[in-house]
Amino acid sequence: MDAVLEVVVNGERAKTRARTLAELLIELGYGEAKVATARNGDFIPFRKRDTVELSGGDTIEIVSPRQGG
Amino acid sequence: MTDTMIDTKANVARSGAGRDALVVYGAELTSRLFLGTAQYPSPYVLERAVKAAGTEVVTVSVRREGAREKGGQRFWEMIAGLGVRVLPNTAGCRTVREAIATAEMARELFDTDWVKLEVIANDDTLQPDLFGLVEAAGILVREGFKVFPYTTEDLGAAERLLAAGCELLMPWGAPIGTGRGLANPYALRTLRNYFPGVPLVVDAGIGAPSHAAQAMEMGFDAVLLNTAVAKAGDPVAMAEAFGAAIRAGRTAFVAGMMEVRDMAAPSTPVAGTPFFDLK
Repeated sequence: MDAVLEVVVNGERAKTRARTLAELLIELGYGEAKVATARNGDFIPFRKRDTVELSGGDTIEIVSPRQGG
Repeated sequence: MTDTMIDTKANVARSGAGRDALVVYGAELTSRLFLGTAQYPSPYVLERAVKAAGTEVVTVSVRREGAREKGGQRFWEMIAGLGVRVLPNTAGCRTVREAIATAEMARELFDTDWVKLEVIANDDTLQPDLFGLVEAAGILVREGFKVFPYTTEDLGAAERLLAAGCELLMPWGAPIGTGRGLANPYALRTLRNYFPGVPLVVDAGIGAPSHAAQAMEMGFDAVLLNTAVAKAGDPVAMAEAFGAAIRAGRTAFVAGMMEVRDMAAPSTPVAGTPFFDLK
């Protein structure tokens, strides 16, 4: 059984069994959503999401296109 | 010869035969109005405002999105349908590291290497952190970004941004969202005259079409604004007004404006004035 990690997603604590960032996105229900990601302040490109392994305490940012000035 | 005349020559020469396009990072733009996409009453009004302004560049951002929201996807589809270039910003970033990661996320989402680089120093003024801005610009240029730096009128910072690889500068008119117009015309004019060949876009603080026209008359290459249109009673009509003001200001600059004088000079011929000898 996979260990449960506690991470912070978009500023809120979350528990996850995901091992990678790609698994986390699926677990949280992002599916095919048009989002970009960062872990611990560093950008994680789309193609690297399934190789980036999560650690307890990681802070994850999940963002999408938005209006801006 | 006045400063204005020197500027005019430089700009007319750059504009080419019969065309007056603005070239930024190899892209030829006919419209000199860059428009923000935030704060409109509805996406429909935004869409119509972009069309009414005739703008070819709109600014966008990236923001946190929950798994069940689909706002990002919808917004992206609407923007993609406008057929304009997108200029993602790093609004709200307070450190170099935040700005870099935000720019990288935006590049992936919007599929463009253009970035409006903001590194903010102070919450009350939202003024650029020039030290962080220069550092972030250098890093992003090395990563292949085409950086549009939101800066002040500071000449030293401007030189460092250009040395870092920025091909244009975006000095503020006044603090973001204030609508005060050009707060420091003297410093802006100095910047314009010091860099006659560098595209300069006045960004932020514009409240009225006359402010935008003033910037264009001074020889700035374009104006970027958002709130003045989005928060107008009728944003679509205001977008049209800004488009017209910017075209008028640009045409006036290229035409070459008269020199300002301290003393009156009669415009009607003095010779032959009736009763002249009675005076």
